[in-house]
Amino acid sequence: MADISALGQTVTYREAVAEGIARELRRDPAVVCLGEDIGKAGGVFKTTQGLFEEFGPGRIWDTPISEQAILGLAMGAAMTGMRPIAEIMFSDFFAVCWDYLANEMPKIRYMTGGQITVPVVVRTANGGGLGFGAQHSQAVENWTLAIPGLKIVAPSNPADVVGLMASAVRSEDPVVFFEHKGLFASKGPAAPADHVVPLGQAAIARAGTDLTIVALAVTVPMALAAADRLAADGVSAEVIDLRCLVPLDMATVLESVGRTSRLLIVEENPYQGGWGGTVASIVADEGFELLDAPVRRIAADCVPLPFADALEQQVIPTVEKVAAAIRRLMAY
Amino acid sequence: MTAVAATDDIGASELLALYEQMAVIRRTEKAAHDLFLAGLVKGTTHLAAGHEAVAVGASAALRPDDYVFATYRGHHHAIARGATPEECLAELMSKATGICKAKGGSMHLTKASAGMLGSYAIVGAHLPLAAGAAWSAKLRGSGQVAVAFFGDGATNIGAFHEALNIAAVWSLPVLFICENNLYMEYTPIGSVTPVPNPAADRAPAYAIPAEVIDGNDVVVVAAATARAVQRARSGQGPTVIEARTYRHFGHSRTDPATYRPAEEVQEWMERDPLDIARARLATLGVPVEDAVRADDRAAQVVAEAVAAARAAPAPDPADAFTDVWADGGSQWRT
Repeated sequence: MADISALGQTVTYREAVAEGIARELRRDPAVVCLGEDIGKAGGVFKTTQGLFEEFGPGRIWDTPISEQAILGLAMGAAMTGMRPIAEIMFSDFFAVCWDYLANEMPKIRYMTGGQITVPVVVRTANGGGLGFGAQHSQAVENWTLAIPGLKIVAPSNPADVVGLMASAVRSEDPVVFFEHKGLFASKGPAAPADHVVPLGQAAIARAGTDLTIVALAVTVPMALAAADRLAADGVSAEVIDLRCLVPLDMATVLESVGRTSRLLIVEENPYQGGWGGTVASIVADEGFELLDAPVRRIAADCVPLPFADALEQQVIPTVEKVAAAIRRLMAY
Repeated sequence: MTAVAATDDIGASELLALYEQMAVIRRTEKAAHDLFLAGLVKGTTHLAAGHEAVAVGASAALRPDDYVFATYRGHHHAIARGATPEECLAELMSKATGICKAKGGSMHLTKASAGMLGSYAIVGAHLPLAAGAAWSAKLRGSGQVAVAFFGDGATNIGAFHEALNIAAVWSLPVLFICENNLYMEYTPIGSVTPVPNPAADRAPAYAIPAEVIDGNDVVVVAAATARAVQRARSGQGPTVIEARTYRHFGHSRTDPATYRPAEEVQEWMERDPLDIARARLATLGVPVEDAVRADDRAAQVVAEAVAAARAAPAPDPADAFTDVWADGGSQWRT
């Protein structure tokens, strides 16, 4: 992470996940967790470490390998007075319980004319860069963006994990909460007490004047590193951490582009159908006169993710690719 | 099939009330059919005429605060839990007064205020939801039970098996009630299922007790449901009930159901759930005129419902943009 505070406590992103969940479990007895290996095992990524010990089997429920049951039970419980936090171990597994994310959770309120409320959080480990291969490495935030009725959160640092978890659990709407596998070991300042980050508010992770880089989750530290590298060449890049895809804070993006006149979008999901296409189309539609250069996107290439590092690095965003894109955009 | 429960499990006046509910459902379904043919109902309908005893019998064994989840063939469950024919027909006719403000349609009738938590059009999807509502009841110690009604076809989809397994492992207060009408859409269930009773024969694999019952006898359904509810409320976990019944119409509006043998249709039509209930009323000494008066009241209720639904206004076009989020709106960006 680019800006680790020398003062105060520093924690990992992984620890922040457990801390964010624990704060909500302490605050509200209606909050309950379910998922595979989240109890005594503490989660395969150790993101629920300590929860079973503090809250016990009545609040932390280990499930069978039944993703449809996990999301279906979470939704049924959310419809009837509970506030479940469900874990789907890898976001790739959304494909086996997609009905609940695509047809059930986001539609039941609308198709019943507002009769039913679904305050559920679906947590999942998202993204690549760790050599897990094509079925455990995908960045699938764009899958969820294709579905009206879901709120989508993807924090980039430990404090945001805690603050956005608070908002997600307190949301009356279904929230998909993407935790990035490549960030679990990263460190940052711990969240202060009662930290709440509202959904739909982007953060300016780095102020700049020459171009705007819009990023999300793992691409935020990537963009910050590239911006730092280009600063030596006299380029002042602004980095916006979207933090959420829905609600999407386009006001912050458009305001920034109004100052910089150049836009680079860095996303980990595939270029084809990626969320950057939505951001770019809104800027093209509503901010065309603000631009002095084409909108550029760095995204994953449209191939299944390969296993070997030498291959995977070819097709996912990297600091080098972002830095090269900045140079090209500044030379335009 | 198991032995028919004793008729005196249900008193004469209660049975007469159940009969009237079934008569209301039958007439509502007939009205829906006629309104579709008149071009006043668009999309599709999956009518439950013939299934009335399952919904009404099961409902009779539930508390008002229990939860019910139904399928796209769910008009009977909505009405059995207290939805009015008028709000259901208004929904089918795309009217502002529809039970879901005309945003759901025939396949999604819902009356959350009466614990009828939805009709789901993805086969099997609601079995885990019912298990989740039961889990919630268990977590809150409320003593409520949840019921998932589903068709025989749903027993071959994964969500059925995931729901039964976790409900058994977590000992959830949930009833899985299969309305086995012998056909998954257009195909005989026996030709796509390796066991004769598609729901009940799978239950032992999950250590869940099951029974196969006459789904056309409202008294039998009520008694079987009451037994399962008693098990659920006393912490003994889920039960599978397979209620054998039959559709009076095809699978959906466009299906004349010509694939069903004439003798089979004839045999089941002679076992019409309303006829069976009337015979039971006679056995209990209820005068024929009482049943006729119940029929007349049902006809009156549905006729008035049709008239009111026809007269109701169309939805405000602006309502397309409400009810996405809990704040009432649909805004997704700034």
